[in-house]
Amino acid sequence: MRLLDYFRASRNNNSASIAKERLQILVAHERSERNKPSYLPQLQKELLAVIRKYVTVDRDAISVNLERIENQEILELNIVLPENRGMNQVRQRA
Amino acid sequence: MARIIVVTSGKGGVGKTTTSAAVAMGLAQKGNRTAVIDFDVGLRNLDLIMGCERRVVYDFVNVINGEANLNQALIRDKRCDDLYILPASQTRDKEALTVEGVGRVLDELSQSFDYIVCDSPAGIERGATLAMYFADDAIVVTNPEVSSVRDSDRMLGILASKSRRAENNLEPIKEFLLLSRYSAERVKLGEMLSVEDVQDILSLELLGVIPESTAVLNASNSGIPVILDENSDAGQAYTDLVSRYLGEDLPYRFLEVQKKGLFGRLFGG
Repeated sequence: MRLLDYFRASRNNNSASIAKERLQILVAHERSERNKPSYLPQLQKELLAVIRKYVTVDRDAISVNLERIENQEILELNIVLPENRGMNQVRQRA
Repeated sequence: MARIIVVTSGKGGVGKTTTSAAVAMGLAQKGNRTAVIDFDVGLRNLDLIMGCERRVVYDFVNVINGEANLNQALIRDKRCDDLYILPASQTRDKEALTVEGVGRVLDELSQSFDYIVCDSPAGIERGATLAMYFADDAIVVTNPEVSSVRDSDRMLGILASKSRRAENNLEPIKEFLLLSRYSAERVKLGEMLSVEDVQDILSLELLGVIPESTAVLNASNSGIPVILDENSDAGQAYTDLVSRYLGEDLPYRFLEVQKKGLFGRLFGG
């Protein structure tokens, strides 16, 4: 396979297709970040405040993520509870 | 009411000022009263490209601050009566441009002009965001090169979220792609992203492709917008682009490798 790649590369220096592939991945990623709803940080902050009423957790123990798969949107909450209470991990999908 | 066009890119050195000068001249040549404004406060250069650097008395910031009125600051182009240039200030004060100030100047210009071309500085600082804030149309100048394409996409995000149209839920800014410094030879060799590649990535309406051309440096050396060099490839590409912007349906030229005839070979035409 490597040998084949070598021949392919030596025949045609096709760096443009590498550039295109890299850009397509990068731009798709950056666009999905950009299109996240603006309420996410606020939601994360408020959730953290509620959880802290009951359990002492770190600021970065909670992550809120929105994924878009075709027509479905999945809001993922990931809360890591402190270790001294056992390895609890609450994971909810809504 | 004038139509406000921003020429933007994110990345520097891709041809924003060259494009602003060419597009403004092209629009004016067709009888549209056109003003072109340099938003690059502190690094004024549009005046040089337009060849009016020795006629600058007052600038954009003077008008915003009420130190001069618009008629005193606008420089009338010597080649085209319908074209006026509003130069940037050379102040180092980053706060010199304000939303209110820029809005006021654009409003006043709108009363008597058909088109206002805003030449954006590189980057995403105040000058760049204000240049696009009031825009109706955006020409996104992109080179077929990874960092320029990425930065253009970043500007598309800002155009869609941080403009007057976005904030007031109006019809979004119309965005157009201008691909510049294009080399059909290198695209053919697989060394450069093609027009189709860049369109696949950015999904933008193509306004025009400007070939890499010696005419651009020659034009800027002499302070003549390259669109006036009617014999050059870049000049013709800009002329096509302006017509296309005004609604004409023209084929894209300079996308194929130009076969040089004997004359071309001898004289490097």
